[in-house]
Amino acid sequence: MATMTYREALNEALREEMDRDPDVFLMGEEVAEYDGAYKVSKGLLDVFGDQRVVDAPISELGFAGLGVGAAMAGLRPVIEFMTFNFAYLALDQIINNASKLRYMSGGQFKVPITFRGPNGPALQLGAQHSQACETYFLHAPGCKVVTPATPADAKGLLKASIRDDDPVAFMEGELLYNLKGEVPEEDDFVIPLGVADLKRVGSDVSIITHGQMVHLALQASDKLESEGIEAEVLDLRSVRPLDVDAILETVQKTNRVVYLEDSWPYAGTGAQVVSIIQEEAFDHLDAPVLRVTQADVPMPYAKNLEALAKPSVEQVLESCKKVLYR
Amino acid sequence: MAKAKTNTSSGAKTEDVLARHGVTAKIALELMQEMLLYRRFEEKAEESYAIGKIGGFCHLHIGQEAGAAGVIKVLQPEDYAISAYRSHTQAIAKGISPKAVMAELYGRVGGISGGKGGSMHVFGRDARFFGGHGIVGGQVPLATGIGWKIKYSGENLVCICFMGDATVNQGGFHECLNMAAVWELPVIYVVENNKYGMGTAFDRVSKTEISARSVPFDIPASSVNGQDVLSTFKHFRNLTEEVRSGGGPRLVELRTYRFRGHSMSDPVSGTYRSTEEVERHKEESDPIAILRHQLFAEGVLDQDTLEEMDVTAKTIAAEATDFADESPIPEPEALYENVWAATNVHGRLFFDGQRT
Ligand SMILES: Cc1ncc(C[n+]2csc(CCOP(=O)(O)OP(=O)(O)O)c2C)c(N)n1
Ligand SMILES: [Mg+2]
Repeated sequence: MATMTYREALNEALREEMDRDPDVFLMGEEVAEYDGAYKVSKGLLDVFGDQRVVDAPISELGFAGLGVGAAMAGLRPVIEFMTFNFAYLALDQIINNASKLRYMSGGQFKVPITFRGPNGPALQLGAQHSQACETYFLHAPGCKVVTPATPADAKGLLKASIRDDDPVAFMEGELLYNLKGEVPEEDDFVIPLGVADLKRVGSDVSIITHGQMVHLALQASDKLESEGIEAEVLDLRSVRPLDVDAILETVQKTNRVVYLEDSWPYAGTGAQVVSIIQEEAFDHLDAPVLRVTQADVPMPYAKNLEALAKPSVEQVLESCKKVLYR
Repeated sequence: MAKAKTNTSSGAKTEDVLARHGVTAKIALELMQEMLLYRRFEEKAEESYAIGKIGGFCHLHIGQEAGAAGVIKVLQPEDYAISAYRSHTQAIAKGISPKAVMAELYGRVGGISGGKGGSMHVFGRDARFFGGHGIVGGQVPLATGIGWKIKYSGENLVCICFMGDATVNQGGFHECLNMAAVWELPVIYVVENNKYGMGTAFDRVSKTEISARSVPFDIPASSVNGQDVLSTFKHFRNLTEEVRSGGGPRLVELRTYRFRGHSMSDPVSGTYRSTEEVERHKEESDPIAILRHQLFAEGVLDQDTLEEMDVTAKTIAAEATDFADESPIPEPEALYENVWAATNVHGRLFFDGQRT
């Protein structure tokens, strides 16, 4: 094992995949000379040159679509959005093109492209720069959505995403770049998409979550432990594909579920997971599944309002106790 | 805004036209007072950011003040302006009080958006300052819509749309220039060319100059020294009247330079520009210094008066931070206010279990 930051783990994944496959290139705003707005692509320009590490103008619709076209024609692009907030400008290319080309062409085309960048509420960045964007990318079939929570997951899942033959929205936690963790040193460390990970084993209640919120769930479980409650934390790691087996397994084990996400509740990932649970594991539930989400409002700037808008440890504790009838 | 004195110590009359510049001394002195205020205001914001009273992203206009002062000075109160996130000074120029802008940066109730917007989202409907936009290029279609409204209602007004140089590479910008040209909308698209979009030099990712971008749409383009507030003012004085009287849209490049980092989270210089480059621009193209030279040479301003004006600017800026400091944080109830119109509601709007 090597200890490294989430940022370094992503950097290693990019380096290794670019080394492995000459068709992989990285394009985005500030990715080359500036090393990336969040320094994820640090040093890559020097190693791979400016044909493969490319600074783009602020033209999200254009360069995302350029990536889609290049992927149709045989390359394996990694398109960085400075943050996923700006990917909304490119949604047409991602949803109407990348996600549907395989189907519309009767399988003639594959679109092996990775759209990556920071995602999720950050610190006082306000309504347009602080939001979890997963739902927009997974609502229409055809695009996978991956949300790593740890350095190891970041590395293994990014490598799998780049190798995947479908479009992947690879959503990094905006607040996780400095997070340190152990990353396996094996030669080719790849984590397949669609495999959830138990980040904590417990028997009383399951907290199902993904992305940045995994850490909030772990904090909450520590508090619960001190009150004699053993929470299990299931990190979905990718929300499409979704590891339904792992979800059902934890439900069958604890019979009580709290779904935690930092996106809005309406048609969020939690709504889908809850629907699956009630369809496929209804008899295993001892309480209705509760969701803890971002407040159903655009993110406010004021610090105190922002704290109220984001999911809190307290809300998770409260919901866990509620499903335990405590 | 504190009024500049009517007569200067050197004896020249403020209504005198400064022959070499074609601007009255009164206007020139007001522009000086305004730019001083913008400089001091932004410095206060910088200080407040450093001690954690302002959070998130905060983009300063230091070095680019002539753009706010010289452009907005020519407008009538009913005219519109809209901008991106580097817009504190423009908001003040358009008539929002420095106190209400600073309190917004602090996230306080006294902020012009009630503390919900923050530094990037200063909005003042009454002042006809339509924001404060965080997505690069997001304001350009809105400006075009404002132009549409003006024409639709047969009003004799104009809309100024500020943006940065890097914004002209967004597709929406080109779509809007085309529509504005087709429908002859009274919009002046003002590109503040400070040479960089964050750490990317304009030339590295742009094939043609800014003024070339309106050629395909037959929109007249011009380029002004945006560090020379008198030139900027004169240029816009003429241009705005052309547009107001039905001349259709215009594109203007303001050649300028930012003296600080892209935002408070970014370094002033680094791999993308050298410290020497920044120092040279501060030395040679500080808009306040340029105007000071001009006014000293014309004999309508002297050092003592300038210092008094600076005291006035500092006082207003300090009053703004005092006001922001004393303004309360929003009540928790504010979280759910202003998401929806809240009139005539049938059915559920909120889904987080807190509000139903
Ligand atoms: C659509 C979009 N892409 C990227 C960003 C991140 N970003 C914020 S400002 C900026 C640079 C903009 O430069 P310019 O338009 O020249 O304005 P300046 O900051 O120089 O005033 C970038 C890339 C954003 N806010 N919105
Ligand atoms: Mg710029």
